[in-house]
Amino acid sequence: MAKSDVKLLGFWPSSYVNRVQIALNVKSIDYEFVEERFRPKSELLLSSNPVHKKIPVFFHGDKPICESLVIVQYIDEEWTNGPSILPSDPYDRAVARFWVAYVDEKWFPSLGELRSAQGEEAKAALIEKVVEGLALLEEAFVECSKGKAYFGGDSIGYLDIAFGSFLGWLKVVEIVADVKLLDEAKIPGLAQWAVRFSSNDAVKDVLPEPEKLIEFVKIIEARIKAAAK
Amino acid sequence: MAEEVVLLDFWPSMFGMRARLALAEKGIQYEYKEEDLVGGKSQLLLKMNPVQKKIPVLIHNGIPVSESLIIVQYIDEAWSERYQLLPSDPYQRAQARFWADFIDKKVWTSGHQVRSSKGAEQEAAKVEFMDSLKLLEGELGDKPYFGGQNFGFLDIAFIPFYGWFHTYETFGNFSIEASCPKLIAWAKRCMERESVKTLPQQHEIYDFVLHVNKMFGLD
Repeated sequence: MAKSDVKLLGFWPSSYVNRVQIALNVKSIDYEFVEERFRPKSELLLSSNPVHKKIPVFFHGDKPICESLVIVQYIDEEWTNGPSILPSDPYDRAVARFWVAYVDEKWFPSLGELRSAQGEEAKAALIEKVVEGLALLEEAFVECSKGKAYFGGDSIGYLDIAFGSFLGWLKVVEIVADVKLLDEAKIPGLAQWAVRFSSNDAVKDVLPEPEKLIEFVKIIEARIKAAAK
Repeated sequence: MAEEVVLLDFWPSMFGMRARLALAEKGIQYEYKEEDLVGGKSQLLLKMNPVQKKIPVLIHNGIPVSESLIIVQYIDEAWSERYQLLPSDPYQRAQARFWADFIDKKVWTSGHQVRSSKGAEQEAAKVEFMDSLKLLEGELGDKPYFGGQNFGFLDIAFIPFYGWFHTYETFGNFSIEASCPKLIAWAKRCMERESVKTLPQQHEIYDFVLHVNKMFGLD
């Protein structure tokens, strides 16, 4: 498959874009990364994702596909030679999908709330919420991994990719809110999985360092402040 | 091994209806267990879905599966030898999943706002709701079903909302058919299917919503 046939429109700090990059790496697919500059949103973005106007947008030939999880599943189903991303058993697939939905709809938003928490009381309550979620995900890890290295077993799978893509931002919140969330004493399974996942060949050049993400946030906040004047 | 299939559900729930439709289309025998969500959640529900505590929950040989679209895909994959719900082509599958996700993120949310809010908030919700429906109508195009020639995943994801149209229209004071005639034509075509005929009627849903609003003093 020629490199120009496979394109990803994205932006490096986006966990949703990172998911697609990791999936492509798992399948050893060559692709062209097109950086979206925003300010304003490009013609390419607006025309290929008119419904949501968001990155990532994945192009296979002339067909655009949107929404990170839809893209990851497409990559898994289209490129069948190479490691599988979704499990093969219908029940294991349902379990993986359930926890991915939980991470996206409940857990990651709670992390976002913690990042912008004001005041010690609010911060404490939000830390508890995030930690409770991580405890659930620790149980999920034990259930899904069945003693192996990843949620997906011996190799990284759908839930590893979906949840792992947020690890950079999780570390940002640990630094900014000065709290240990991936506590080896409380959630040993996840704490060790996080190290393994981050250093996995398909992942290590994709996940941004938390320091870079913190710098990025400072730039955006400065811009917002300047625009408000 | 004899299959034991139980569905924990609540009759007006459009999410529950999706599971019912998938089971019916596949010809799967199951036990329907009504959760009276107005009265309070049962021990069985809390045990089978401790994380979200929501219906529908499909219990297959004692093992629970939750979240309506996940349940529909599970049914399609676990009974893969029967009538196929998702298309076989990966790109078509991606499109079906994209639009099902769109329905949950945009149509459900704005529809809920239309029937539960007032004033400027309701007006904004109406605009978003109708814009979303128009986009879906565009996706349908001239096809008989969202799945093309065959009633499939995306049809199952969306047709339960038809039962709620009269409720949205009455609370919001607008006509869906006036703006999206093709969607109504599609819905009526779906209503000819045996599985869809078993879904609650529009007036039943509307009466239910009025009853709940009265009970909780929301009217």
